[in-house]
Amino acid sequence: MAFDYDKYIRPGKLPHIWCPGCGHGIVMKGLIRAMDSLNLKKEETAIVSGIGCASRLPGYLDCCTLHTAHGRAAAFATGVKMAKPEMNVILVGGDGDGTAIGGNHFIHACRRNINMTYIIMNNYIYGMTGGQFSPCTPTGAKASTTPYGNPDPGFDIAKLAIGAGASFVARGTAYHAAQIDKLIAEAIQHKGFSVVEILDDCPTTYGRRNKYRSVVEMMNRLKEVAVPVKAAEKMTAEQLEGKILTGVLHKVEKPEYCEEYAKVLQRAQAAK
Amino acid sequence: MAKKVAFLQGNEAAAHGALYAGCRFFAGYPITPSTEVAEVMSAELPKVGGKFIQMEDEIGAMAALIGASLTGVKVLTSTSGPGLSLKQENIGYACITEVPSVIVNVMRGGPSTGMPTGPSQSDVMCAKWGTHGDHPAICLVPASVQEIFEETVRAFNLAEKYRTPVMIMPDEIVAHMRERIVFPEPGELEVVDRTAPSVPPEKYKPYDTSFGDVPPLAAFGSGYKFHVTGLNKMQDGFPTTKAEIVQAEEERQVRKVEANKADIMKWEEYLCDDAEVIVVAYGSTSRSARFAVNEARKNGIKAGLFRLITFWPFPEERLLELSKKVKGFITPEMNLGMCTGVVKGCIEGNAPVLGIFRVDGEPINPGQILDKMKEVK
Repeated sequence: MAFDYDKYIRPGKLPHIWCPGCGHGIVMKGLIRAMDSLNLKKEETAIVSGIGCASRLPGYLDCCTLHTAHGRAAAFATGVKMAKPEMNVILVGGDGDGTAIGGNHFIHACRRNINMTYIIMNNYIYGMTGGQFSPCTPTGAKASTTPYGNPDPGFDIAKLAIGAGASFVARGTAYHAAQIDKLIAEAIQHKGFSVVEILDDCPTTYGRRNKYRSVVEMMNRLKEVAVPVKAAEKMTAEQLEGKILTGVLHKVEKPEYCEEYAKVLQRAQAAK
Repeated sequence: MAKKVAFLQGNEAAAHGALYAGCRFFAGYPITPSTEVAEVMSAELPKVGGKFIQMEDEIGAMAALIGASLTGVKVLTSTSGPGLSLKQENIGYACITEVPSVIVNVMRGGPSTGMPTGPSQSDVMCAKWGTHGDHPAICLVPASVQEIFEETVRAFNLAEKYRTPVMIMPDEIVAHMRERIVFPEPGELEVVDRTAPSVPPEKYKPYDTSFGDVPPLAAFGSGYKFHVTGLNKMQDGFPTTKAEIVQAEEERQVRKVEANKADIMKWEEYLCDDAEVIVVAYGSTSRSARFAVNEARKNGIKAGLFRLITFWPFPEERLLELSKKVKGFITPEMNLGMCTGVVKGCIEGNAPVLGIFRVDGEPINPGQILDKMKEVK
């Protein structure tokens, strides 16, 4: 029987705003399958986003949904989780929202290791505003504000998250659709701050400026550059040149923020 | 039983007032001269099961505040000028999404880093016009430690009652001075909680105006699912660009405060009945003004004090009435004429308005106000 996505979709809120060929819908379906596999209760689940194409995702899900200000998803979500730790809190957004204007909130959510899951859809561009370069746009790539090629080096989101202290970091791609729900489900189950980067595509504002002739070509690129971490272990540095590792990249046990704060409450009340 | 008394600093009183009002969440960022609010909350909140978080920046603190408030708790943050500038982004978000929140902003010299330890009253316009777009504004300007406590309780009541951010803005002098405070007993001051929905979750809309201009607000995690966005929204919380809906919602958000001004506004009239010259003042400046008025009376000058306790909404109608029977107003303030301009704007030219402006980090002294009174003919 086909999977029933409707039980998590808000009635009357489709069609979505995403362009044909955009991978955000693939990620949303993966998230729905992950939520379903864990039997997350919709009324006990908050989906929090910032601003941008990917950040429109919460509006389509029949949960407690919070579409915040640009870059601020992690900070708003921290307030929700801290005040009500029993809620499942899932953040969604794009690469510009999360790593540029939201970079500070992102690294500090990682550092606190607060039990939330952040799904970053990395399509290398600011799509909603028409294709300006983001901190993840590859050097040399064309964007509406880099007509002569991007001079900036890009962020590696996964390394950034690991460096900042996230205790679970995974990466998938919009091409490897069947893997997305498994990565997200494992991230949600992990106790601590978990980051799932999904390499995505924006045919409308990135692809057409960077010599991708079709969505298929963009998807094929994701297929070609992705190397599962297990497979990479057997590959040489030369073979790994230009490749991007996918799968669970980092998973450690660390004290979780809300649990640590619960101890603060105990200490304060014992001292009273 | 005798009431509990203490010798407290204004900032400490703000924190204790918040706790009295039932505040159970604080998110902040260190900034002079407001940090003591955060310090007291970090110590006291965990004792009563509340949560304190020091965020990575001022923007994040305001964001976390709104997120926490959406789970149904009463929330407080504290800041000062530069932090208020940063918080404006999400103050606007709290306005349009109609999420109750209380912000203590201790006024120091500005703009920018300005004079971090010097007193000022130059943020009062920022309380109304700081964030972009049309939005409601409630701003309280207490003048004593006792009043900071009581007005902080009232700030929470107004935030919860009208579903909006409320600012309480002591100047640095009021925030840092120490005075005797008598703690109200539990139940002595009114404490208001936001109205919870009376409809079941499937019928709930977060901006359902069939319940009036201030629709009930459900809590995340209480069985209600709803959408919150900073975009212009419909009654069900989802974004819209439909002209007639956007117009109506924008007007309602402002109207819910403007139409309830009588409930929100608060001021004190001291010797104003027969006054020929009225000093309009607020915060620590009003204390100098009261001294000056008393001195003036001794010298046969019919002076009065009109002390603002709410700066926004501003008591325009009452000042217009008074303007018809006075020879002039004196408006001392620690800025270059912010309140002065508002007074001029509401009295229809009925009387001269003579300002006394200081932005040098020094308080306005009674002598300056007395001297200015002599200019009123």
